[in-house]
Amino acid sequence: MNAFAAQPPKNFEVKPKLDRSGTPIGDLLEISMGPHHPSTHGVFRMDVVLDGETVVKLKPVFGYLHRNHEKIGENISYLSSMPYTDRLDYFCSMTNNWAYALTIEKLAGLAVPERAEYIRVIMAELTRLQSHTCLVGFFVQDMGALGTPMMYAFREREKILDLFEEVSGARMMCNYMRFGGVRVDVSDDWIARTKQLVADYCKFLDEFETFIAENEIVLARTQGVGVLSRELAISASITGPMLRAAGVNYDLRKVDKYGFYSRFNFKVPLGDHGDVYDRYMVRVLEMRESIKILDEALRDIPAGPVMDPKAKLRGFRPKPGEVYGRVEAPKGELGFYVISDGSPNPYRYRIRPPSFVNLTILEDMCLGHKVSDAIVILGSVDIVLGEVDR
Amino acid sequence: MIDEGLKSELQKQGVYVTSMQELYNWGRANSVWPLTFGLACCAIEMMAASMARFDLARFGAEVFRPSPRQADLMIVAGTVTKKMAPLVVRLYNQMPEPKYVIAMGACAISGGPFKQGYNVLKGIDRYLPVDVAIPGCPPRPEALLHAIMTLQEKILNQKLTGPDRPRHLNADVEGEYPVPTYGPHDLQPSKNSEVWQPPPIQR
Repeated sequence: MNAFAAQPPKNFEVKPKLDRSGTPIGDLLEISMGPHHPSTHGVFRMDVVLDGETVVKLKPVFGYLHRNHEKIGENISYLSSMPYTDRLDYFCSMTNNWAYALTIEKLAGLAVPERAEYIRVIMAELTRLQSHTCLVGFFVQDMGALGTPMMYAFREREKILDLFEEVSGARMMCNYMRFGGVRVDVSDDWIARTKQLVADYCKFLDEFETFIAENEIVLARTQGVGVLSRELAISASITGPMLRAAGVNYDLRKVDKYGFYSRFNFKVPLGDHGDVYDRYMVRVLEMRESIKILDEALRDIPAGPVMDPKAKLRGFRPKPGEVYGRVEAPKGELGFYVISDGSPNPYRYRIRPPSFVNLTILEDMCLGHKVSDAIVILGSVDIVLGEVDR
Repeated sequence: MIDEGLKSELQKQGVYVTSMQELYNWGRANSVWPLTFGLACCAIEMMAASMARFDLARFGAEVFRPSPRQADLMIVAGTVTKKMAPLVVRLYNQMPEPKYVIAMGACAISGGPFKQGYNVLKGIDRYLPVDVAIPGCPPRPEALLHAIMTLQEKILNQKLTGPDRPRHLNADVEGEYPVPTYGPHDLQPSKNSEVWQPPPIQR
């Protein structure tokens, strides 16, 4: 079957219960969840219409964190946008940096030294580990397990942030990659400690999975909830773990083979049902694959320079043209579209954020479920508002 | 006021004397409950501060309350956009007195790296009285701990009576701050001149 021949979307509208004469029983209740709500993961608002406790309509409202990212990017030089990309998805600054650096390298035709490519892979996979770990913490918190899973997740996150801080000088906003390489080299000692961390991470994942994966409450709250069909996922251009949980084998690390991902041996975990549990499980399995990639990358990393000698940081003016570059960020396809007119600033600077696109089908997943399930479904989408609103 | 020497002498005998003001401030300073209120990147560092490694609980401030009606402290953690600013002021108005504000990060102080943006409020101090400001983008969790300690010091030195008493003990002033509305170009009014009094620019 051609997966891209999408079926017409099912009519998900849920009719309110009617009595014999055809008048609705009871009233519909419209509530506004957010922008200040502890489980909307930031300043995000859902206008929910409820029949009893069942969601019959849901309207996502964005824009509470619109920080004019693209407009600012068109008024500053190419390199000055690099620290702004950190603040897109503030959990994953390294992958954001990589996506932007990759785009401009494509535009300017810069080559990246081998060691720098390895460092990029290591950083991106560490980012994926900490992003997915935190997501699982938040997500279980949304189901009512206040505190403890978050404590576990943040404990591990701090260890990864220590490594980031050592090479880049900042915990969260790393601003580490440059066009044509990375800013500073990593030391042998750093690599040894990263190896140790990766070895320990397996134990942590085992522990974390023991508590969550077969927990009765987690199973009851997530299995069969928020099912996203394969057809809808493809036609709404969903990417990342959400798409793979719906059973579509599409991972840019395999499709584009950017960086040196073709050299590593890893699998793409796929879901079967497309429900919330599959989305959780796909992320857990992805972390295991990330550990495999990290093991190989840390073993094989060659010596050498980390910057392309032709790369010019000051007075950088790429030739006119347009380019689209994308990477597989932990949340999905993160793309940058840049038009250059030969001046020091981009003429057009556009970001394709994964969480924004993944959020567009929130209503389809929530209709017919209880309002407390809508929270869990939103948690499984894994949104970061810095990226949604830009 | 009781003599300090006599006080310590009495303490040695097992008699503790204090004033109402000291007792009240001591209690408040060690149970500052913040509002669970994350706006942007700084909120992640705020969460990290409340987690195991940094452990905000040592300062009695780990009880993040999701409802403004139960909170004492608003940590404005992140960029305040013009769409969000009225809601921030409304949340502040819903908090019970005595209440405090920490402006966390460059964005909450001045708009930070996004200051040029057409949709970004250039500092929450235009609408709310900020007690402690933490620079950084984002500030480290240690910086937030320092801010909490600074705030505790401030609370401990508050007078309950006299002309320096806090706003909520003064019956003459309005309890709530005006909430701005969305105007055609900007927020209306664009600042609350009661709280925002920048020094005049010398040229």
